Formats: sequence, structure tokens, C-alpha cells
Amino acid sequence: MKKYSKTHEWVEVLEGSKARIGISNHAQEELGDIVYVDLPEVGKEIKKGEEFMSIESVKAAEDIYAPVSGKVVAVNEKLSDTPELVNQDAEGEGWLVEVELSDPSELDDLMTEEEYKKFVEQEG
Amino acid sequence: MGDLLRTPLYEEHIRDKAKMVDFAGWEMPVQYTSIIEEVENVRKDVGIFDVSHMGEIFIEGPETVRFVDFLITNDFAGITYGDAIYSPMCNENGGIIDDLIAYKVNSEKAYLVVNASNKDKDFEWISRWAKKFDVEVTDRSMEYGLIAIQGPNAEKKLQEIADIVLSELGFYTFKEGRIRGVKGIISRTGYTGEDGFEFLVEWDMAVTVWRTLKEYGMKPAGLGARDLLRLEASYLLYGSDMDENANPLEAGLSWTVKLDKEDFIGKEALQKVKAEGTTRRLVGMVLEGRNIARHGYKIFKDGEEVGFITSGSYSPTLGKSIALGYVKKPHTKKGTKLQVEIRKKMVEAEVVKLPFYRGSVKSKK
Repeated sequence: MKKYSKTHEWVEVLEGSKARIGISNHAQEELGDIVYVDLPEVGKEIKKGEEFMSIESVKAAEDIYAPVSGKVVAVNEKLSDTPELVNQDAEGEGWLVEVELSDPSELDDLMTEEEYKKFVEQEG
Repeated sequence: MGDLLRTPLYEEHIRDKAKMVDFAGWEMPVQYTSIIEEVENVRKDVGIFDVSHMGEIFIEGPETVRFVDFLITNDFAGITYGDAIYSPMCNENGGIIDDLIAYKVNSEKAYLVVNASNKDKDFEWISRWAKKFDVEVTDRSMEYGLIAIQGPNAEKKLQEIADIVLSELGFYTFKEGRIRGVKGIISRTGYTGEDGFEFLVEWDMAVTVWRTLKEYGMKPAGLGARDLLRLEASYLLYGSDMDENANPLEAGLSWTVKLDKEDFIGKEALQKVKAEGTTRRLVGMVLEGRNIARHGYKIFKDGEEVGFITSGSYSPTLGKSIALGYVKKPHTKKGTKLQVEIRKKMVEAEVVKLPFYRGSVKSKK
């Protein structure tokens, strides 16, 4: 089950304390054509609410904020050659990184899909 | 988006679910599907653009030719009727007020197609100088729609519905013609680096033409694609690559400045610039990796700041990050290695020959 942040990232726990992070479909629509995903190094410590990587679209460069804290254990290598994967499937094949969560209770602060949908509507 | 102007094709864009943005006070389509898809379609086939926001300023009267020749830096007096010419229009200091295309209809009539963002300023400027000439200046921007039909297949596809022989219409010439019955002016001009046409049509008839073009398989492209296409083709964008603080000689537009013609506004200043030499020049750069150099980013040469980026994007056609920027001499030569500061990171860039990309666009005979 995915959980969402107010800065439009999603987190999905894979197994144990390992989780996958990406940007929401709404975020990719707002960004438009994505041409570069500046992935972090494996091993990097990320901290909830702090920017840890960036995405460039034709329109703008966007910082991506960590929805949870942890250590990056894998990055989606496919994005180096096909960044457009994020446009095509932001919440599936276009995931960004996998992390080892340092504090799984942080997940409780995030929104459910339903709540996120409402949040996006209100943000208008 | 209150108070924004709308082109005659506004409703069509909404129906096509285009993403709309404020551009120079106009509510314009930035993209319909995806900017990159729209770029590819124009490079490979043909796309249509609503550029009705552009201004049309008409000059009429006995001194039309002499007046337009005085206003712009390029040789308007030297072209024939039915020819158009690209030119900067400068102030007395040689700064660029706008860049435009001047259409020479006959000895007593011409019109200028100018940037939407500069139209009011241009009209004021032109009207001021017109007092010294026997001419009348009219802003007819709200009377005409303008549709660009661009791509290697533009001639073939447009010919099916045009009543004039397009193969006989040379680059930068224009003629009155009809697109499936609708009268207008067809010119072989564009801003994409591809072969193509622009159709100036009465405001109320623009929708009919737009629908016809779509019916004949031509897909709309938005301002996002237009900006990328022009950058790949290395056409300058006013407000980004040039403004009143830049002169045409440093902007790489020397070919449009005819210092040996009769008097024109800015002549003296530009002669002086030419004699003394420019201190900087607009150059093209290809960057390492996929980071994009955006307007205003600083350019360095081994730690010393030597210029700034004016336009940059990822070129889908070349698969590279490209940029234009002003660079201090002598770091402007092809092959020079520079660095662009992109969000606190130094990215390697190399000065390359322009254009970045040349498509099916014709050349002047």
C-alpha cells in the first residue's frame, strides 16, 4: 500500500523495513516531459523532509524531498537512459530509489491514497 | 486566468485539452500531449501552431519602403515585392527593441510581424518615428490570426488544400492564397528549422482553417515544442537571448545589419561597435550529461566568471543538453571548454558551431 507526502512523493514498503520511493502521478503531470533524473548514490542517508535528489523536465528543475528517513540501498538504474519512464509510469516502473527505513513510524504521518487525492484537489 | 487575451483558436485548444499558460498576456497552449512528442512530430512530419498572439503592424503610404528601411537594420529597400525579411529593430544605441519579419506588399504597403511581448512598445516606437515620414501606422493585431504549418511534409500536406503552387513559393516570400476556400497570406517562413509556412488569416476565419488542417492530418504543437524547436535550430528568442541591452552584432545577427545602407536607427552606434569590436558574443554550447542550463545560470572558464546562459534545454532531436549564452571574448571559439554552474554544481560545456540542428528548412536563393 502506498503512502503519500505533501510534497508529492510516494513510499511503498516492500518487505520488512525496505521501502520504495517515487513521485506521484500528479507530480509527473505537473512536471511535464522529464529529461533527466539525478539519482543519489547508493548508501546515501536521506532525512525526512529534506531534498535528496532532483528531476529535470523541459520546463523546470525540481527538488525531490525524502518522504521518510533512511539509507538508499538501490536506485532505479533504468532512469539514466529512459527518464521518461517517470512520465509513463510514475507509481510503478518509474520508481526512484529503494531505502532501508530508519524509523518506520514516520509512515504514519503520511497520507493514504484517498487522503492524497483530496489533498491534490484542495491544492487545486 | 483573468484578463488574459485569447486567440481566435482558444476554444479549439480547450477542446483538445491543451495545457494553457500565460504568455506575454495571452492565454496560450504550451502543450497538447507531450512537448517531446510534438517536437518529434514537427521534425518528422508536420505540426501546426497557433501563433495568433503575434502582432501585426501595418505601414501604409508613399514613403513606406524608405520608412521601414529606416526602422530596421536589414535591407528592406533591397528586397522585391512579395519578399519578406527577418531583422532586428534597434534603438539609437544599437540595442535591440525587437526582432521581426517585415513583409513588402507593394511600394505603399508593408506589414511587420512582431513579438506579442513587444507589440505595444513597438507600436509606440514606430508611431513616434512615423511622424517624420509620409506613412500611416496601424496596429491590426486583433484583426488577424496566424497559423504556422511546419515540418518536412508541410508542402506536401498543405498543397492538398492550398490553391497556389507551394513549390513555387520561395523561402521568405509570400503570396495571397486560399486554404480550402479561406483567403489569407501564405508565406514560406517559420521558427522551427523545418520547411514550412505561416498563414495570416482574418481573425474570424482562423478556426475554419485550423480545423481543416487538423482534418488533413496535421497535429497541433504548443509553445513548449516551439521553444525547443527554435532552440535546436538556434533561432533567438527575444527577452531570453536578446533585449535592449544587447546589440545584433554580439547576438550573432551581423548578417542582418547592413551598415552600408542608407541611414537607419542605430546605424552610428552599430558602426562604432563594429569598429571597436564586441566584448562578448552569443555562443552555442553542448553540455555534458543531461542537466539543463537555464536562463541566467553563470558560465565559467577555469574558475573565472565569463558569461551567462540565455536559453537552454534538453534537445530530444540530438539527445543532448544544449544552451545559448553570452560569453566574454576570447572564450567564444568553437571547441572551447567552459563550465556552467547548475544548481551549485559545475557542469562541463563545449562551445559548438551553430545551428545545433538544421532540419528541412529551405535557404534563400
